[in-house]
Amino acid sequence: MTNYVVRRLLQVVPVFFGATFLIFALVYAVPGDPIDALAGDKAVEPAVRAELRDRYNLDDPLFVRYGKYIGGLATGDFGTNFRGRPVSEIMKQRFPVTVRLALLAFAFEAVLGLAAGVLAGLRRRSFMDSLVLVSTTVVVAIPVFVLGYLAQKLLAVELGWFPVVGIREGWRSYFLPAIVLGSLSLCYVARLARASLIEAMRADYVRTARAKGLPERRVVGVHALRNSLIPVITFLGVDLGSLLSGAIVTEGIFNLPGIGQATFSAIQTQEYPTVVGIVTALVVVFILANLLVDVLYAVLDPRIRYR
Amino acid sequence: MLGLRRRGVHRAAACLLAPVVLAACSAGGGASLAAGERLPDGQFRGGAFVVSANEPEHLVPANATTTRDGQILSALFTGLVEYDPKTAEPRNAMAESITSEDQRTWTIRIKPGWTFHNGEPVTAQSFVDAWNFAAYAPHANGNAGYFNKVEGYAALQAAKPATKEMTGLRAVDATTFTVRLTDSFSQFPVLLGFQAFYPMPMAAYADIDGYEEAPIGNGPFQMDGRWRHDEFIRLKRFAGYRGTPAFADAVEFRIYSKTSGGYEDLLAGNIDVAHDIPPDQLAAAQAEFRSGFVERRSSAFYYLGFPLWDEAFADRKALRQAISLAIDRPAIVRAIYDNTREPAYSVINPLTPGSRPDACKLCDYDPRRARQLLAEAGGFNGPLTLWFSTSAENQPAMEALANMLRTNLGIEDIRFEVLDFAQFLSLVKARKVTGPFFSSWLMDYPSPHTYIAPLYTGGAATNRTGYANPVVDRHIAEGDRAASIEAGIAAYQRAEDVILDDMPVIPLWFGKTRAVHGDRVTHVAIDPFSRIRVQDVQVVG
Repeated sequence: MTNYVVRRLLQVVPVFFGATFLIFALVYAVPGDPIDALAGDKAVEPAVRAELRDRYNLDDPLFVRYGKYIGGLATGDFGTNFRGRPVSEIMKQRFPVTVRLALLAFAFEAVLGLAAGVLAGLRRRSFMDSLVLVSTTVVVAIPVFVLGYLAQKLLAVELGWFPVVGIREGWRSYFLPAIVLGSLSLCYVARLARASLIEAMRADYVRTARAKGLPERRVVGVHALRNSLIPVITFLGVDLGSLLSGAIVTEGIFNLPGIGQATFSAIQTQEYPTVVGIVTALVVVFILANLLVDVLYAVLDPRIRYR
Repeated sequence: MLGLRRRGVHRAAACLLAPVVLAACSAGGGASLAAGERLPDGQFRGGAFVVSANEPEHLVPANATTTRDGQILSALFTGLVEYDPKTAEPRNAMAESITSEDQRTWTIRIKPGWTFHNGEPVTAQSFVDAWNFAAYAPHANGNAGYFNKVEGYAALQAAKPATKEMTGLRAVDATTFTVRLTDSFSQFPVLLGFQAFYPMPMAAYADIDGYEEAPIGNGPFQMDGRWRHDEFIRLKRFAGYRGTPAFADAVEFRIYSKTSGGYEDLLAGNIDVAHDIPPDQLAAAQAEFRSGFVERRSSAFYYLGFPLWDEAFADRKALRQAISLAIDRPAIVRAIYDNTREPAYSVINPLTPGSRPDACKLCDYDPRRARQLLAEAGGFNGPLTLWFSTSAENQPAMEALANMLRTNLGIEDIRFEVLDFAQFLSLVKARKVTGPFFSSWLMDYPSPHTYIAPLYTGGAATNRTGYANPVVDRHIAEGDRAASIEAGIAAYQRAEDVILDDMPVIPLWFGKTRAVHGDRVTHVAIDPFSRIRVQDVQVVG
């Protein structure tokens, strides 16, 4: 197992360089001059343009620029965006917001989704089951921005139960966005949990466990659930990664200054250093999230052994 | 089984109820803000209010190029000149007098006794230092170009300039400095209200990055804390201000990434003024807020530019005029834009002194004459490609325009090239567009010069169409060398006449800007730069 983990961690290195170089090359391959984009309609003084191009190494060939960037990364310097603000400062300000939102949404979807799915799976063809199936279908069908605006209008603006936008009220500000964000994944988790639990309950070992006289609580909770959780854990692990990469729409609707909004506006304004910096950090996050998921498999299912 | 079910149900119920319980328990709404005190003359002094804002790019005046920067800076600084909120006429603010014999060497005297927020006196040297700082190329300030008419500017443009000071700037004494330009420029005093020309204290130069987080200015408000990126910027009234003091004690600019966020917060009663409204909410906003709904012209000028380097459009004045006559501007403004724009019959925005609302003789919808002119021009072969950037409102407007050209001129094959803004701009600047392009222009200072010279002078850096007419250049030069601002304006108007006949661009419409406010505040006015004059706002509730 240790060997496996070490091997996976070593794999991070080529994946990291490959992915970051790809992003780097793609972002600078987009047509359009970022210095021009900075100035908008107005002209840029030639001397100012030359100074900026020099500052950001824009005249260097791609590999040299990439090399300088990686060199900077080694010292923790993510560079500065074209407006002079250090990217690491932007990330330090934005990541905590996204992390809080992601964790809250994750908790919401994991707990509620599992609960709903397990309940539905145990009580097939009951009212609970139908309720879960129908409601998840409905929520999946509604686009997240519709859900977001509706929730905001109803619960925040009209009823005043939650803050409308922003992060001024601490954790309370994150509840509504987390619910909106997690709602879609919650449906997937619920259905996934339901389907795999139904599958697991039909297995021989469940029948054996019952035959041995174990209380139903243990049969389901200890034996069936552990196996049926594997697809759910997979999904949750990947979902956590994607949650951490920022939900642009939800962050936009609720004005949360998170990573999603930062990346989106950086792409629009051709702020390459910010885009590359954030994506680099996210690549690492994703890799580690996947590793965690794979290790959890082994914990959940003793049959899975890594060598 | 029973146990599990109960646990599951309890878990689910707890998760559902927790936020509701928490919401009910916590204090509701935003912090309650102080109200103003009523004075004997009916005005209200004091109190605090919240305005929505966009995250500024820069708060160092030398680098602050956008309106969002200007919104904050106009509260923190007072320049030499300011502009009347209604007529946009320039008038002296910190300047005592701005005089010149030949429109080339200017003597600027400032009012004595003014200080920065940190107590440092504002002297002539404060301006000279700030302007030299802005013009010095290695600082890479976005507003450097505004100083390009000052003698000595060129020497500061090298990669490693030998000097940091422009020879044309000289402080004579504590309250007087002279500016020598490379050539006469009658409109020079009008420029001096723009944020590039604000003074800076000595404290700024030691650590300009730190200064940007909490700029020290000389205006009616000072910073209350630091710039909280993407969250808010808080200002409080500066007690030592020597001009007309602000009415309110404090103002918070709350930063939103989307216009709808600010508007929603206003509806919920969490802020007092929403600067701009999502277009689809306009009718609702007007109905709901009534007297709280403020609308005025913005300085935006929207036009269709022709690629005059392309032989399909160069030397074909009649064709360009025909296209202009075939467009029904009022119809598009009404149907597509819901009257959030105003049809343009000139290339100078009506809010500028010197604009003439009906200057254009070829902008009134006349399809018959359009067809005549098209025939005179020899018709139009080949596909017509319209270029524009992806903005929610551009597409329908361009489609309507294209349909008018199809119907009125018989140009069947019309295509669109739609790109994101940065790419679109790059291609226009690089002269790679193959057909008319839809673009816009904003003013830097309220003079016709800002709409004429940068766009239509032959060879100008921001001349997107490639237009070059020596007659126009001559009129612009006459305006620059004129003996007074008014005489200069007259010359620019002559240039406009020639331009409106040549039609290197087709004027389409002018912009409007809006703000909405609640009952807690009054006297919410928008200035010609689309900024809210926070110093005039009174807090009544």
